Amino acid sequence: MNDYLWLIPFFPLLGFLINGLLGRNFSEKMVGIIGAGAIFLSFVTTLLTFKELLTLEPEHRIFIQKLYTWMATGNFSVDVAFRFDALSAVMTLVVTGVGFLIHVYSIGYMHGDRGFFRYFAFLNLFTFAMLLLVLGNNFLILFLGWEGVGLCSYLLIGFWYEKIDYANAGMKAFIVNRIGDFGFLLGMFLIFKHFGSLDFDQVFSNAAAVPPGVITAITLLLFVGATGKSAQIPLYVWLPDAMAGPTPVSALIHAATMVTAGVYMVSRASALYILSPLALSVVAVIGVATALFAATMAITSQDIKKVLAYSTISQLGYMFLAAGVGAFSAAIFHLMTHAFFKALLFLGAGSVMHALSNETNLMKMGGLRKHLPITFWTFLVGGLAISGIPGFSGFFSKDEILWKAFSSPFGSPVLWGVGAVAAGITAFYIFRMIYLAFYGESRVDPEVALHIHESPKVMTVPLMVLAVLSIIGGYVGIPHVYMGLEHFLEPVFEPASVAMAAGAAGHASASTEFTLMGISVVIALAGIYLAYQLYVMNPEKPRQLAQSMHGLYTLLFNKYYVDEIYQAVFVKPFVNLSNVFFWRFFDVKIIDGIVNGVARIFGNIAAGLRRMQTGIVQMYALSLMLGAIIIFGYFILR
Amino acid sequence: MPLTYYLVLGAILFSLGVLGVLTRRNAIIIFLSIELMLNAVNLTFVALSNHVQNLDGQVFVFFVMIVAAAEVAVGLALIVAIFRLKETVYVDEINLMKW
Amino acid sequence: MQEILFFVLAAVAVLSALGMLLNKNPVYSVLLLIVTLFSIAGLYVLLNASFIAAVHLIVYAGAIMVLFLFVIMLLDIRADVEHINLKRLSRILALLATFIFLGETFLIIWMSLKGKAAFVGLGEGILGDVPSVGELLFTKYLLPFEIASVLLLVAIVGAIILAKRKLRPEPPAA
Repeated sequence: MNDYLWLIPFFPLLGFLINGLLGRNFSEKMVGIIGAGAIFLSFVTTLLTFKELLTLEPEHRIFIQKLYTWMATGNFSVDVAFRFDALSAVMTLVVTGVGFLIHVYSIGYMHGDRGFFRYFAFLNLFTFAMLLLVLGNNFLILFLGWEGVGLCSYLLIGFWYEKIDYANAGMKAFIVNRIGDFGFLLGMFLIFKHFGSLDFDQVFSNAAAVPPGVITAITLLLFVGATGKSAQIPLYVWLPDAMAGPTPVSALIHAATMVTAGVYMVSRASALYILSPLALSVVAVIGVATALFAATMAITSQDIKKVLAYSTISQLGYMFLAAGVGAFSAAIFHLMTHAFFKALLFLGAGSVMHALSNETNLMKMGGLRKHLPITFWTFLVGGLAISGIPGFSGFFSKDEILWKAFSSPFGSPVLWGVGAVAAGITAFYIFRMIYLAFYGESRVDPEVALHIHESPKVMTVPLMVLAVLSIIGGYVGIPHVYMGLEHFLEPVFEPASVAMAAGAAGHASASTEFTLMGISVVIALAGIYLAYQLYVMNPEKPRQLAQSMHGLYTLLFNKYYVDEIYQAVFVKPFVNLSNVFFWRFFDVKIIDGIVNGVARIFGNIAAGLRRMQTGIVQMYALSLMLGAIIIFGYFILR
Repeated sequence: MPLTYYLVLGAILFSLGVLGVLTRRNAIIIFLSIELMLNAVNLTFVALSNHVQNLDGQVFVFFVMIVAAAEVAVGLALIVAIFRLKETVYVDEINLMKW
Repeated sequence: MQEILFFVLAAVAVLSALGMLLNKNPVYSVLLLIVTLFSIAGLYVLLNASFIAAVHLIVYAGAIMVLFLFVIMLLDIRADVEHINLKRLSRILALLATFIFLGETFLIIWMSLKGKAAFVGLGEGILGDVPSVGELLFTKYLLPFEIASVLLLVAIVGAIILAKRKLRPEPPAA
């Protein structure tokens, strides 16, 4: 067994404590070394553990380390225990590996910021919570990490809290997530009610014994949690605003790791989901709808980070599509490749902003290819990967998902079709962004243009590493390769794959697979070509198009008015209700009334009792005597 | 000679002290009464010390005297201070601690 | 012989205590209390407590009572004119409470000594002379003894501060 599992989350926690408590007095270099070093140690530990895991037989590839019993009341007992199986291993490697690169990058990106140590402390705390989430051996530890990452997300979105907009964005993320967490909590309660335990093994092995209706309720409630954390319809609204945080934070939390927690959780609970076809279809439909919906919104966004944010929402939709058709390993596969290329794109965007004095407006970029060669090439790799161009990682994972959406017993051609269209749009908006930022005439503000410079090594090296990973990351997933990812993850998703195999008889053939693959590649290439035509060959064309399709453009530009609708439907009425009823009536009249009433009662009693305080010493002495008499009397009569 | 005699005598002297504290108005007399009460207790201490064949009781009497001396010093200083302020030593005319 | 001495001393003590209680002039009260204290000192001697008797005389009769006299004369307190402000009821209550208390005390003494032969006196019991009590004070009770000296020091300082006419010099007249 492996007794060092606890070290993986421990190092980031230690880093958080050191930097958080003492970092104020450290130099930037010191803080950076502690912050990144903690993640590096954690990464090395993960690698060693992973190596040990691989030496075992596939069916026994699981380490469980119980640290202590957290709480035990009645028949409710929760252990603080870590679980390192194939799924956790992939997640942990992504979190620590990508996390380490982003920590290193941050040293350069955050250089000179007043909150440097605070930033690194939060980032380490985030990593700790995320590791808790993926390593936890029961739903409560998972939830602990889940809340922890939510907290860190809030802290880091509002990192520059002097700006009211940024602080509000943090609150929005927190509140929207809370709605999802509520569903998650209810799901956990249901699990405990029907399984009597929150332990993964006990829940999943007894899943078949619980009525299907209950399973459906549990899985749907858990999925509500996932939509909050992973920014799916209808709770995705916080993620675009979350771009207020520092860009490496967007890369780590709002692209690579935290937002994928929902996917992880659904995959972890695959044994439950597979028992409920209804829940699966809900997941798949929400996923594919989000993929398409978010992709369309990305088309008109002029903010480089917002484009990437919508892109993240869209890609998360793909992951849920995969999970919804029962292809959990495809979901995790895409999660992994997405972590690579989306972190790369975000860090690239950060590098662009770094060069342009934090300019995020695509309309004020252009022609940056010459000035930022490393950023450009790595960004291009990321763009090709996310567009699904063969040879890059995104191609393998996205194609896997689309194929499963088509061929799985839970899938359908409609899901495939919508997914393919979204993939085409993805290619279009990504290359729109690349062309706007790196090609054509420079539209940079003159005084900013003077300072354009390539980022320092500490930022470009992580970019290059991520670029390499974005290319080769896909090859672990090719199904027929020895030790492929799907094969590796199989023990974890065993109930799911059994169910899939049962329904998949004679459904799929290799030729269909390759035809579909060809179609999706053609769609992607068409998207890129369209972007090239519109934004490089005829730069005037987009504006004309926008005018000719004014209604659609405005609708997209305003993000379907979802924020406004939410504001009008949920926020306003609730604010008014609180204002009129909860505050002016309930709080003032009832709550304050009770409190003040109690105080007044005691005030009146005291007003009477204080007459006893005559100020005459002998009165006091007399009462002292009476007390003595009573005590003596007690001893006599006893 | 019976121990009871001494105890009864102590009780009587103590009760006289109590009566003085409860009825007299002059702060100095109240103080004297308190001294009387202390002495009544001391007498009981010594008597019981003799009875149980243990000198610890007498040591206690010694400490009671020390505390009484300290108390008298501070208490009389207080009376002097109050007299300066209120021109009286009658406790029923001093009710600064009234509600 | 012993018993006669006891009764004489006890009678003197109780009577002079009563006198202290009833006398209107505080100076007489103090003098009567000194008489009580002297007879109590005699009782200490009857109880073999010669050390305590000596300390008692020195501390109480010699120091504390003189202090009382000083204060009385310093304040020039007039004779306690009986304009009774205390309500009658409270005086009756006080008297009643005291008698109940005394009765209870007697009851407790009786209950705890009932049927036991408990005797004290000159011939019997241990000797509370200076060497034996002093040895106890400087061995077993050394720490309380030292603390008591600190207590006295604090009391002295406190008394001086309290009785001083002004804590701070008057601010210069403007």
